[in-house]
Amino acid sequence: MASAAIPVPANAEKKSSGTAVKKSVVSRTASPNLIHEDSAAAKAVRYFLIGISVLFIFVMMFLPLATVIKEALKQGWAAYKAAVTDDYTKSAIWLTIEATISALAINTVFGLFAAWAVTKFHFKGKKILTTLIDVPITVSPIIAGLIFVLVFGRQSVIYPYLKQAGIQIVYAVPGVILATVFVTFPFISRELIPVLEAQGTDEEEAAALMGANGWTIFTKVTFPHIKWAFLYGVVLCTARAMGEFGAVSVLSGHLRGKTNTLPLYVEVLFQGFEWVPAFAVSSILVIMAVVILVARNIFEHNAKTKSGGV
Amino acid sequence: MKKNLYKIAAAVITPVIAASFLSSCGATASAATNSDTGEKNEKAEKVTLTNVSYDPTRELYAAYNEAFAKHYKEKTGKDIEITQSHGGSGKQALEVANGLEADVVTLALEYDVKEVQKAGLIQEGWLSEFPNDSAPYTSTIVFLVRKGNPKNIHDWDDLIRDDIGIITPNSKTSGGARWNYLAAWAYAQKLYNNDEEQVKDFIKKLFGNVLVLDSGARGATTTFVENGQGDVLLAWENEAYLSLKDAPDEYEIVTPSISILAQPSVAVVDEVVDERGTREAAEEYLNYLYSDEAQRIEGNNYYRPTNPDILKEFGDVFDLNINLVTINDFGGWDEAFAKHFADGGLFDQIYEKE
Amino acid sequence: MKEKSKRVIPGLGLSLGVTITMLSVIVIIPLASLAVFTGRLSFGEFIDVITNKRVLASFEVSFVTAFIASLINAVMGVVLAWVLVRYDFPGRRIIDGMIELPFALPTAVAGISLTALTSDKGWIGRLFDRVGIKIAYTRIGITFALVFVGIPFVVRTVQPVLEKLDGTYEEAAGVMGASRAVIFRRIIFPEIRPAVFTGFGLALGRCIGEYGSVVFIAGNQPYNTEITPLIIMAKLQEYDYGSASAIALIMLIFSFTLLFAVNMIQVRNSKILKGGR
Repeated sequence: MASAAIPVPANAEKKSSGTAVKKSVVSRTASPNLIHEDSAAAKAVRYFLIGISVLFIFVMMFLPLATVIKEALKQGWAAYKAAVTDDYTKSAIWLTIEATISALAINTVFGLFAAWAVTKFHFKGKKILTTLIDVPITVSPIIAGLIFVLVFGRQSVIYPYLKQAGIQIVYAVPGVILATVFVTFPFISRELIPVLEAQGTDEEEAAALMGANGWTIFTKVTFPHIKWAFLYGVVLCTARAMGEFGAVSVLSGHLRGKTNTLPLYVEVLFQGFEWVPAFAVSSILVIMAVVILVARNIFEHNAKTKSGGV
Repeated sequence: MKKNLYKIAAAVITPVIAASFLSSCGATASAATNSDTGEKNEKAEKVTLTNVSYDPTRELYAAYNEAFAKHYKEKTGKDIEITQSHGGSGKQALEVANGLEADVVTLALEYDVKEVQKAGLIQEGWLSEFPNDSAPYTSTIVFLVRKGNPKNIHDWDDLIRDDIGIITPNSKTSGGARWNYLAAWAYAQKLYNNDEEQVKDFIKKLFGNVLVLDSGARGATTTFVENGQGDVLLAWENEAYLSLKDAPDEYEIVTPSISILAQPSVAVVDEVVDERGTREAAEEYLNYLYSDEAQRIEGNNYYRPTNPDILKEFGDVFDLNINLVTINDFGGWDEAFAKHFADGGLFDQIYEKE
Repeated sequence: MKEKSKRVIPGLGLSLGVTITMLSVIVIIPLASLAVFTGRLSFGEFIDVITNKRVLASFEVSFVTAFIASLINAVMGVVLAWVLVRYDFPGRRIIDGMIELPFALPTAVAGISLTALTSDKGWIGRLFDRVGIKIAYTRIGITFALVFVGIPFVVRTVQPVLEKLDGTYEEAAGVMGASRAVIFRRIIFPEIRPAVFTGFGLALGRCIGEYGSVVFIAGNQPYNTEITPLIIMAKLQEYDYGSASAIALIMLIFSFTLLFAVNMIQVRNSKILKGGR
């Protein structure tokens, strides 16, 4: 473990971008094509893998997407436009954005702290802690909603106090936000932990030995390693927060124009035999998701070409 | 470590407080914009009601709320704004029981309203507060078949034929679908002269023909209409007409000889209206559902009006000769539920493995 | 080395404190209420609820389909992540951009679309119908929907690790004549294995609990295609909180055990990795 002894200057992030555990400072280039040998077998493998990936994405993602668009435009542009510019649709869009941003803010704070705690230190109960962090993903969304109704709803012990204080959590906007936070809770920490785990603690230790404080270590040493994983986490969290239905549906009360998020409004339209508007409103979600994903791609691409020549 | 504790506390509390502030600000802000767009003057005079209803009534109440707002303004000079909530009937009842502030509930089943009553929100005797067991409009269970009725389905006994595939929502997850099951039961009971063993056999055969047991009425309709599964869909009359409206050339409605009178119940949520001071408006809201104007709106949305004169006006839409049994023929909801739908009840027994 | 690392890097108290506090407020306390509500049932009732034949059958349906779907996801997830990171080809960015789609699409819409595609009248279902395979309204359909739901988890946990992976070892091994299969098995896979396990665990957990998108495609026939979340829904519909939370608790315990096992494997692996160096 000689690498631990090599002092890594806290600001020399470019040099440290190769994983320290491998004692190598040669970072990979931006070009995704790493292996340069071009044997026929390699080519075959390559085309095969690309082929099944494209097929998979086509069947699993593209076709459902096409179905949504097809159904949304079934009755032409006018019907589509009427559905997406409806006042209730607009209020649903705003609530969705509000819930997504709140979830993102809370989960970012949590994700960074949790990933740091879990990967940089050894302590008892670490495995239980990491498992507990993952639990929200595995809890059935209906149950996720139910537990908050049990804690804050009319049957709960604390309900009278909440009511006295004029705080309405379930069937109001805070409930919607709470549900969204819950279902997306582990997303950011989950992206960061494997990367930090693979990276080890050597660089941080070196920096700390040289007298850098926690904030400096984090911003100068750790963050450059995890920024892309962090970005994935943010995008994952955003996408999931926007699309969450189950838990939010239990907690929202479906008050039209007040507590309906986009997915809930889609459900209301669908159940109310409004087939085309339901798909039209879903397409808003799809478009929002695509905008975010494209933005991430551009951002990532630009940043990587800039630092590509290392 | 102790110093750190303060840091920890601060770091934890700040985002939580910030988040709750954000959310409450968001809530008040959106509330403010809502009332701003509604109207700008005499805000104090504006009454707001929340109507918690079930799924397919969306169009009905959109039209009715408009008519009622006009009526209310004429009668009292006050503006009224109604917030609608739609969802599965049982789920909606649960939410009201758990603190969703509804002034009135307009659900699919008496049984669901009773659940709100059990939570202490509605006083006993609500069933006789409004005419016709507090059901301003009714419906029934009919068959939706493919155009030209290729499988020749005319009555319930056609459904147990081997070549028939049935689509129906699950009576366990969809409150409204309990009527489907009871309607079939009523037919079999008459056919076999109340011989319960034979009735059970009939029902078992019928559900043996069910291809897809969707969780809700809308899902079942999608399975039948969009995905082309099965030969017959068991549906509420109003929902069958909604499907027909979208594709009149592909389907037709068959009314069986016997069906059940589905009575969606309405009630004022006493605890909420007393707290909010909206009792007068809420009662007027439900009462007006029985007015001639509202009864016609209900008819136009394919619910059967309870006013017999207005029902006749829709004689060309609805089959008025159908023989309808009511829930009272099953001894009321409590008895029907205990016998058929409770855990291990007759409905579960259909699917018991031998 | 371990001793040192405890003291050297600052921020243990702060980060652990924030983590545990937020975890308690958002996850642990609400989940504890589930146990409290289940406590309303007597032990005998609890056993009756969870050993009901139909409930057991639904466990089987949910676990088996979720497990198969997650296996498919683990394989396809690695392939996709690999292709996205290592190869350049037209349309790569589009594929990369579509991975999160299953999250953003409301589950009901996803369910309806997938059912429309895979029923014997749909684009995909028609092809399979010809060879006598039915997808929608069977367990295959459930698995199909779950693959859709779970795929982003694996791709997005493996992808960052693969991107961070250093090429020098591979190149060295390649120069020394190691075959590509050996390179992958001996050098790349050990690096991404924790991420694959994590992704698999998360996808499996999510799939077991998934309701919205599955319920449309499942057909919901008792004993055959009835999933556990649907039974919970039915219990709630009957206002039977006790039974609903009892079944939910069993699912939760299973998920927790599963994730715990995955985490154990992961920790052991990274120890081996570090020890090996």
